[in-house]
Amino acid sequence: MTGGPWATAWRKLRADRAAMIALAGFALIIIACTAAPLYATYVSRTNPFKPHLDGTITIDGRTQDIIQAADNPLHLGSAPIGPTWHAAYLLGADGQGRDIAARLLYGGRNSLLIAGTATLLCLTLAAMVGICAGFFGGVIDQVLSRLLDILWAFPVYLLAISLSIVLISQGLRIGPFVLNADDLLLPILIIGIVYVPYAARPVRGLVLGMKRSDFILAARALGVPSWRILYRDIVPNVVSSLIVFAPLIMALNLLTESALSFLSIGVQPPQASWGTIIADGQTLIYQRPLVAIAPGIAIVLTVLALNVLGDGVRDALDPRAKLRVRG
Amino acid sequence: MGSLLLQRLGEMIFVMAGISVLVFLIFFATPGADPAARIAGRNATPQVLAAVRHDFGFDRPLPVQYALMMKRLFITRDLASFVNRGQAVIPEIVEATPVTLSLVIGAAVVWVAGGVSLGIAAALTRGTMIDRALMLLGLIGISMPVFWVGEVANLITQSRLHDTLLFRWVPPLGYTPLSEDPWLWFKGLLIPWMTLALLYIGLYGRVLRAALIETYQEDFVRTARAKGLNETRIMLRHVLRMSLISFVSLFGLDFGALVGGGALLTEVVFGLPGVGKLTFEALQTLDLPVIMATVMYASFFVVAANAVVDVAYLALDPRMRK
Repeated sequence: MTGGPWATAWRKLRADRAAMIALAGFALIIIACTAAPLYATYVSRTNPFKPHLDGTITIDGRTQDIIQAADNPLHLGSAPIGPTWHAAYLLGADGQGRDIAARLLYGGRNSLLIAGTATLLCLTLAAMVGICAGFFGGVIDQVLSRLLDILWAFPVYLLAISLSIVLISQGLRIGPFVLNADDLLLPILIIGIVYVPYAARPVRGLVLGMKRSDFILAARALGVPSWRILYRDIVPNVVSSLIVFAPLIMALNLLTESALSFLSIGVQPPQASWGTIIADGQTLIYQRPLVAIAPGIAIVLTVLALNVLGDGVRDALDPRAKLRVRG
Repeated sequence: MGSLLLQRLGEMIFVMAGISVLVFLIFFATPGADPAARIAGRNATPQVLAAVRHDFGFDRPLPVQYALMMKRLFITRDLASFVNRGQAVIPEIVEATPVTLSLVIGAAVVWVAGGVSLGIAAALTRGTMIDRALMLLGLIGISMPVFWVGEVANLITQSRLHDTLLFRWVPPLGYTPLSEDPWLWFKGLLIPWMTLALLYIGLYGRVLRAALIETYQEDFVRTARAKGLNETRIMLRHVLRMSLISFVSLFGLDFGALVGGGALLTEVVFGLPGVGKLTFEALQTLDLPVIMATVMYASFFVVAANAVVDVAYLALDPRMRK
């Protein structure tokens, strides 16, 4: 075996067929969602943010109905069109006559961006809190651990909902720092905070255990200064366990984001996310179920890929790591 | 043991106090917002605003405001909604609680039965295609957003397949109290139970499978085999019993979290008037007293569940008592 522990872990991960399929699928979803503007400009040639309530659209001289008379026996009321065989409105239209397929890609971009950034934020905060509490001990540990206890006991969804309702109704203003209600940073901030205890507690335990281990004691006996022990020994170990958590936390973040957006306190219109599209589809569920089903399938596939990938990464890096997760 | 219980009780009270402070700060001390304006609603007159400000003590320092709020929540219990003028909040929560309990207890029965079966089936067939297929199913269950599963379940049972023999029995969305019509209560909750349980069946099946396989490596299993016990007996009496310890602690936490608001999305999708739906409706109208009271109630339930789990743990596993 050559190369460091990272090379070994990568080799193990590559041998894990399920994890590699998941990784490929996840990469494909990211690429597709990143290409959303390309799809809207060159393939569907529709504007997924402009309502078409007049009911028709003309592309290249061909006029297409978007909102038609409903297909009940008396043709009472109207309904958006369902899936078509054209590039425009491939998956049909939503209640405002917007292209579902294009919105799905744009929505995925927001969902993935929020979940990914929130994961980075969560793990960074967790590392800082966990390392401070575990390494410095004493009063610092007491205060931080108690704070984590309180956050831990707070039901995740309720904490996220409480923060969202306050921040989204008013925006956030701290001195010169202003965040508007429709800023994507708000959901990122909220979702990034709520799962911190789940990652910070194991990090604290890990650091505590390492502090008592022989190799740290030996380093201390040799007179190595604390900051050097911290960044040469502690941080690399913490990083490897955080990488184990990353896919799982991102999966949770994605589900949380979709739930908040579904409750209309996540991503704000006219922006879309998979959760808001499901919320749009809720009123159309019996007429045009695809509007709500399609983003749901996108969420399930992405979260599933992340969970499988998470299992693989855990097996490759640290088979003993456990992340306690509850709704 | 007594002193340990006392210590746990102390921690519990500390965490509850901490949560109440946190909730209070989130709703009433977020920078850049006037809580009185939020409580009074969007287009309140200056007189109403002034009245609210005085009523809740917003013209006084924060600690006094906090004390006043706690007094209204727990001692006088006369906290009133501002959107539906004068409607007391606490009785509303008390009224909604049985609905949430019906939903969560039923779902818990389904998910424990399902999770145990899934875990045992996968552990018995470990390494085979069946095991892998079962675990993939479990993982798919974990990966689905519960509100979306609810929507799809509604689509199937209320609309598309409602007229077939399979789902003709499903009543329209809503809740019938157990005391009014037990059979209708059961029929109306069956689909919500299964929806809510789906995620946990996957989660618990996976956890139990891992615990079972770990326990199989233990010495006492080899001893049991050497004694000549048959595999079924080893599984049920020795391995499963040992593995259930982690299962029980997980269950307490999840149950608490669900009663304390985790079932919000399920209640909203199925139109069940529980505590979660109450919170959701208060969210729509920004009814802060209601939101605050339900969040507070919910977190206390979670803390209580945590404490019960700790005590149950002590009772189950004698090694923990030292």
